[in-house]
Amino acid sequence: MSKLVVSSIGPASSVQDGGRHGAQRYGLTPSGAMDRLALAVANTLVGNALFAAGVEIGPFGAAFTARGGAVRIALAGSSRNADINGRVAAFDTSTTLADGETLTLGFARGGSFSYLAIEGSIEGEPMFGSLAVNARTGLGSPYPRPLQAGDELQTKAASSRAESRIELPAAATGPIRIVLGPQDDEFSDQARALFLEAEWKISPTSDRMGYRLEGPVIKHLHGHNIVSDGTVNGSIQVPGNGAPIVLMTDRGTSGGYPKIATVISADFGRFAQIPAGTGFRFKAVGMAEAQDAARQFAKLLHTLPDHLRPVESFDLNIEALQHANVAGSAVNAVDAGTWQ
Amino acid sequence: MAVTLSPPRLLPSGDAAITVEFSRNIDDTANQRVLALDRAMAKAPVLGVTETVPTYRSLLVHYDPTEISFAALGEKLLSLAKRPLPPTTKSRRWRIPVAYGGEHGIDLEDVARTLNTTPDEVVARHIAGDYRVAMIGFSPGWSYLSGLEKFLHLSRRQSPRLLTPAGTISIGGVQTGIQCIAAPSGWHLLGRTPVRTYQLHREPIFLTEPGDRITFFPIDAKTFAEQDRAAEAGEIVAELIAA
Repeated sequence: MSKLVVSSIGPASSVQDGGRHGAQRYGLTPSGAMDRLALAVANTLVGNALFAAGVEIGPFGAAFTARGGAVRIALAGSSRNADINGRVAAFDTSTTLADGETLTLGFARGGSFSYLAIEGSIEGEPMFGSLAVNARTGLGSPYPRPLQAGDELQTKAASSRAESRIELPAAATGPIRIVLGPQDDEFSDQARALFLEAEWKISPTSDRMGYRLEGPVIKHLHGHNIVSDGTVNGSIQVPGNGAPIVLMTDRGTSGGYPKIATVISADFGRFAQIPAGTGFRFKAVGMAEAQDAARQFAKLLHTLPDHLRPVESFDLNIEALQHANVAGSAVNAVDAGTWQ
Repeated sequence: MAVTLSPPRLLPSGDAAITVEFSRNIDDTANQRVLALDRAMAKAPVLGVTETVPTYRSLLVHYDPTEISFAALGEKLLSLAKRPLPPTTKSRRWRIPVAYGGEHGIDLEDVARTLNTTPDEVVARHIAGDYRVAMIGFSPGWSYLSGLEKFLHLSRRQSPRLLTPAGTISIGGVQTGIQCIAAPSGWHLLGRTPVRTYQLHREPIFLTEPGDRITFFPIDAKTFAEQDRAAEAGEIVAELIAA
């Protein structure tokens, strides 16, 4: 039996998986990874199921030490400095910590969340089929709260499988795509236009429940009280002060503010990664485009194992990697110029 | 007697959910239609639908867009919603004990003053109500009830409280509700119940269902304390009157 001991960790870091589904009708928040693709990539690298439980690491640094045996891990999502007892740990690549070795991670760069997958996942007691932490309701396992220094994540000893890396098509860029509604008719044409034209920033007071947006005031036509109705990941509700809030995976299952639009599911993880203070825009798309994007996203998720490559051929593919502009830290790992 | 039902509005909630809206307001007929559509979908599951969330006036239908399109699901939902309401099914009824006022209901006296009456009158009217669970939402077990008499309708507080206790029984706008876990709230706190509408490791985990009938009855602080201990140990301290 191996374990990963949390030696140090910042706030907003917790065990997450695909979330708990099926009980939103009882008010149960789904929770789950903010960037599902990044969690799935990390899991694929260590041979886990796509949405097995891993560690979602917030913007600050963290350190983990293997105890009781070797532990195979992989990092994906927002890049950051990562080293194991002085050797560089590349993102989008599996690697193994020997018993006693420590993985040290710096601050997130260019994103908000990194995902640490552990071969064999994390031992815990599923609640509604999930280990995902929802601190507000005290759900999650092995700890029903964000991780703290000293916490222990029990796992299996690393197998003898070869290490692998992953080559993915270039990640989407550009505006965050939304579908208008369900309550876009609670806003004037001018308010909708302002919402779509404005540059927005995510407020530092945001969390896993909701991202507060900083930008122009979006006024309602008929006031801000509607009768509560259901919410989804990416619902953009506009409360009385006109500052939109995008509901994230720890959202309440219902809400009583008009929802002007919804972030499309394929762009939700990319939106979740936008760091506080970085400007971005929304772009309204039709249902056909949104659902086409959802199908492509699902296809990418389910073909992730096809993109695995053995680590041995790593240095032969550096140019291809740089060209694809993926796996930023994997490039950093061999290019001292980009390593800081 | 056949009544023509107006079709609901199909509102996109992104690319993986549809809000089937029967009314913009809190409306008993709309809520009945929501619950009827919810039951119909439970009885004959539609391929691609992952879960449904009934609310006062709409049914939120989560689906997998790789299995069914907005257009195809929308058509299916409209045809299901067109069906006449089934004859009122007998619903089960919960009798919920409540310790009103004092430390358990810190807003009771203020509410009485605002309504120009006495705390006893507020309690008498609240327990006289015959309520229905219109929806469960926001946090686990939070049961929003319809059927609050007009006399007790009261705007929400100007400044919501950041934390209100588990088991809070409160009123806000035209609604009353049973809150299960400690949470922020802008409603007026009338009392507390020892009943857990949600409790992990208990069978059932969730006590109330949308459509259940609810009545309240008063208990004193000592009974609250006893029942609270029993409830913590997993006992269901509400009385169930079968349908």
